[in-house]
Amino acid sequence: MSVDKETVKRVARLARIAVTDEEAASLQGELNTILGFVEQLNEVDVTGIEPMIAVIAMQPRMREDAVNDGGKAADIVANAPVREGNFFVVPKVVE
Amino acid sequence: MNEAVRTKKPSKLIRGATGDWEVVIGMEVHAQVASNAKLFSGASTEFGGAPNDHVSLVDAAMPGMLPVINRECVAQAVRTGLGLKAAINLRSVFDRKNYFYPDLPQGYQISQYKQPVVGEGAVEVDMPDGETITVGIERLHLEQDAGKSIHDQSPTMSLVDLNRSGVALMEIVSKPDIRSSEEARLYLTKLRTILRYLGTCDGDMEKGSLRADVNVSVRRPGEPLGTRCEIKNVNSIRFVGQAVDYEARRQIEIIEEGGTIDQETRLLDASKGETRSMRSKEEAHDYRYFPDPDLLPLEFEQGWVDGLAAELPELPDAKKTRFIAGHGLSAYDATVLTAEKETADYFEAVARGRDAKLAANWVINELAGRLNREGKSIVDTPVSAAQLGAILDLIGENVISGKIAKDLFEIVFAEGGDPREIVEKRGMKQVTDTGAIEKVVAEIVAANPDKAEQARLKPAMIGWFVGQVMKASGGKANPQAVNAALKAKLGME
Amino acid sequence: MSGITDLTIAEIRDGLGRKQFSAVELAKGYLANMEKARALNAYVAETPEKALAMAAESDKRIAAGTARALEGVPLGIKDLFCTEGVHSQAASHILDGFKPVYESTVTANLWRDGAVMLGKLNMDEFAMGSSNETSYYGPVTNPWRSRNSNAPLVPGGSSGGSAAAVAARLCAGATATDTGGSIRQPAAFTGTVGIKPTYGRCSRWGIVAFASSLDQAGPIARDVRDAAILLKSMASVDPKDTTSVDVPVPDYEAALGQGVKGLRIGLPKEYRLDGMPAEIEKLWEQGKEWLKDAGAELVDISLPHTKYALPAYYIVAPAEASSNLARYDGVRYGLRVPGDDVIAMYENTRAAGFGKEVRRRILIGTYVLSAGYYDAYYIRAQKVRALIKRDFDLAFEAGIDAILTPATPSAAFGLAAMATASPIEMYLNDIFTVTVNMAGLPGIAVPAGLTGDGLPLGLQLIGRPFDEAMLFRAGEVIEQAAGRFPVSEKWWA
Repeated sequence: MSVDKETVKRVARLARIAVTDEEAASLQGELNTILGFVEQLNEVDVTGIEPMIAVIAMQPRMREDAVNDGGKAADIVANAPVREGNFFVVPKVVE
Repeated sequence: MNEAVRTKKPSKLIRGATGDWEVVIGMEVHAQVASNAKLFSGASTEFGGAPNDHVSLVDAAMPGMLPVINRECVAQAVRTGLGLKAAINLRSVFDRKNYFYPDLPQGYQISQYKQPVVGEGAVEVDMPDGETITVGIERLHLEQDAGKSIHDQSPTMSLVDLNRSGVALMEIVSKPDIRSSEEARLYLTKLRTILRYLGTCDGDMEKGSLRADVNVSVRRPGEPLGTRCEIKNVNSIRFVGQAVDYEARRQIEIIEEGGTIDQETRLLDASKGETRSMRSKEEAHDYRYFPDPDLLPLEFEQGWVDGLAAELPELPDAKKTRFIAGHGLSAYDATVLTAEKETADYFEAVARGRDAKLAANWVINELAGRLNREGKSIVDTPVSAAQLGAILDLIGENVISGKIAKDLFEIVFAEGGDPREIVEKRGMKQVTDTGAIEKVVAEIVAANPDKAEQARLKPAMIGWFVGQVMKASGGKANPQAVNAALKAKLGME
Repeated sequence: MSGITDLTIAEIRDGLGRKQFSAVELAKGYLANMEKARALNAYVAETPEKALAMAAESDKRIAAGTARALEGVPLGIKDLFCTEGVHSQAASHILDGFKPVYESTVTANLWRDGAVMLGKLNMDEFAMGSSNETSYYGPVTNPWRSRNSNAPLVPGGSSGGSAAAVAARLCAGATATDTGGSIRQPAAFTGTVGIKPTYGRCSRWGIVAFASSLDQAGPIARDVRDAAILLKSMASVDPKDTTSVDVPVPDYEAALGQGVKGLRIGLPKEYRLDGMPAEIEKLWEQGKEWLKDAGAELVDISLPHTKYALPAYYIVAPAEASSNLARYDGVRYGLRVPGDDVIAMYENTRAAGFGKEVRRRILIGTYVLSAGYYDAYYIRAQKVRALIKRDFDLAFEAGIDAILTPATPSAAFGLAAMATASPIEMYLNDIFTVTVNMAGLPGIAVPAGLTGDGLPLGLQLIGRPFDEAMLFRAGEVIEQAAGRFPVSEKWWA
């Protein structure tokens, strides 16, 4: 499988990364190199193999249903590039 | 979604210009899990709160933060699954649903895509005409709620508050088994009842604890499913009905005019009762689901599920059956009484050791009616079950008549107090002293000789005499005793 | 006091205990070295005030007789670890100005044990790279040079700053992380010891995520004993990371000196690559001899899916990274580049904030997860990953105690030497190390010799899950046979 320039642009849009035409062209080559490299996985017989989900088999530990966090709005927004009071601020979202 | 075939009552079909249409509805209900803390963090789920106050570093997706599952949220999902008579999956997987939105701090929502915690189940819905329909449940999965963007504070900016970010939701997906707006409303009502019985969701639609995405399509009866539209985020039971009615009508008109339906997401404008296309979704979503590598698969033992099952409360269907079989109630009364767990509990407290039908009658007609007029719910009733029980006891003991009981109820409702004491203090006791009654009867018969003559010929006239005697006794005379005394006096035996 | 910064951590522990020098003197020694070594660009942020304050506290503790395990030991911290109030930017432009309000579990463990923080170490941006050339802060220069050339060499990556700083005596030891070889490859390139512990041994909480199912923290140190001392403190069972495994942390230092007599060391035939430099081949043979002489039994084994580890890794790691890095959107922290609307703001921020390699990997990861490609790429890669793990499982089940391989296919290469190479050529640096991450196993790189040009080379030992102690044992045997490899000339000072 190989990607064309339009696919590169579509993927960049999905990933929310602006790319110029020029960048898309060079990314197309790089992506195709990598996709060509991973092509060899098709040689492997994976019949009946379950895809790995967790590399170490164990049961997840769970937390108890206790409120022991929050109440630190100032910390939450401390690093925000733009904020108003303790809100984050973004360019207007139209729904 | 797969084909679901139910034999249709013609009454559920919609008449179009060119013939009958069947509307096919499936619902995805988002129910907020009743829990103290969020699904993957220790921040509070409490409604409201100052901006970003119920937010942990995890909920704000700070670099390096990791989710840890809240056991109670899993238990609530399992309880709900059990309540929906659904298959519980001992192994399920949390996936990431990837998309960008300002109120989605991680850039993905943790959800369950391919392997949900709960599989297929069913909800039985009683229709007013006595029919019971079964709505299949496709699945139930756990997922995180998003934060909230506030758009009306500035013309150019939106404010983001993450208090809701990470609150646990159950998405309950029905099969396309619903065939009318009424069925849709009653399905959601029943689902809400079950959730509230289980205590797994408070069902408070005003606070957004329960929201529905309604999938609507139309077809000619017997034909394959049509193209569906999804109406997002409908937040009241009434609006669900509106959305279905409008949307079915809209689709029928388009098809009858030779058009085709575009599969799309729509929003309900409740003020106009119309749905409109969400045009901002200009590009097709590609959520790139994959198992969340921060979370191991969710696995638990059957024994744990059995333990939760054993502690499950009695559910509305079982309660209703018991009310009919055990208390001899009508199906209608049983349905009304079990719609809210609090009402059922109240009824049972009143009915304990008393005439259940009388209790049902009082709870449904007097109490519910009175509460309704005040805009109150059973939870804040001023008349406790013990007080209502005492009123019923006074009737049963012939201390007061049914009519006086209504007056007494009104006093207790407005002022409170011990019904028995009120009756005592205010002299509301029924007069059963036959001597006293006979005296009044004799006086009234003597004062109305012409009417007494008529009554001997026309026994229905006795009613007029009963009224006069009751009036003279201030309503307190025992009606049976009055009747008996009158009949004897007038020689009507 | 000359040579104070040449002491190992074990020697520091000793010297401080005997009051031969103070922790403040030691910290000052390192701060002076750092100042003179700015040309190496190993640190992205120095924290001298913090270092001196922590050292002063250590001196008090030592005086009071309450010294802790790492009392007064000056450490450098990879910029991937979040450190409270201190520059924590994963060497990326997109985290500009980010100062976390929290401390990663691993670094908190180190401070709990009395270690002293010197500053934050340079690295490949978001740990994506094998040469430390993708850092927003510019490349790190390897303190090693070829015998007959002054041309600058790379220190390897992604933990290039950690490895260079340890080799150049800019810290007594350093934290690092390893997703595909990012501890072991730079350790091999700089004559230092680096261990990637079993997945789940060190908490990932507070470490900026690259690929969650592969990332593990570990130390880079002067020798095997120091690595054992550091890992003991870094490792823990963390309730905040559900993938941190509930296995007690052993005293790794106690495993030292036990030798390898009677152990079965596996030699996987698949690690003999066509065209592998003779020096690497020779080093591996030498390593086998040393272990055999020490009484180990050498066993030829086969890990048949070895060659597929790197391609599978270049699907799994970018896929996870594409999702993990979605949170860098200019809303809650770091860089924001304005745009006409919120989408433009995202796209501009992420285009400007991520470097070329990071953007490339995000796009690959987004592509392999996208609709229609997920099964062909991601699912297949995870199946291959299961097979890679099974290869190791079978070897260990057959009684192999540890596996010996070369650490890297070459010695350190020239700065910018790969600038025009295809991405794959750079990725091949990880060919011997990446299998270990894919299988979640522990792996250690130990310096074992020099090339003809006088550059260090390392051997890798791979162990059973949670048997890091075995790697320290066997690593020490190699270390003792091979000798130490300090940088001979401090040309930068």
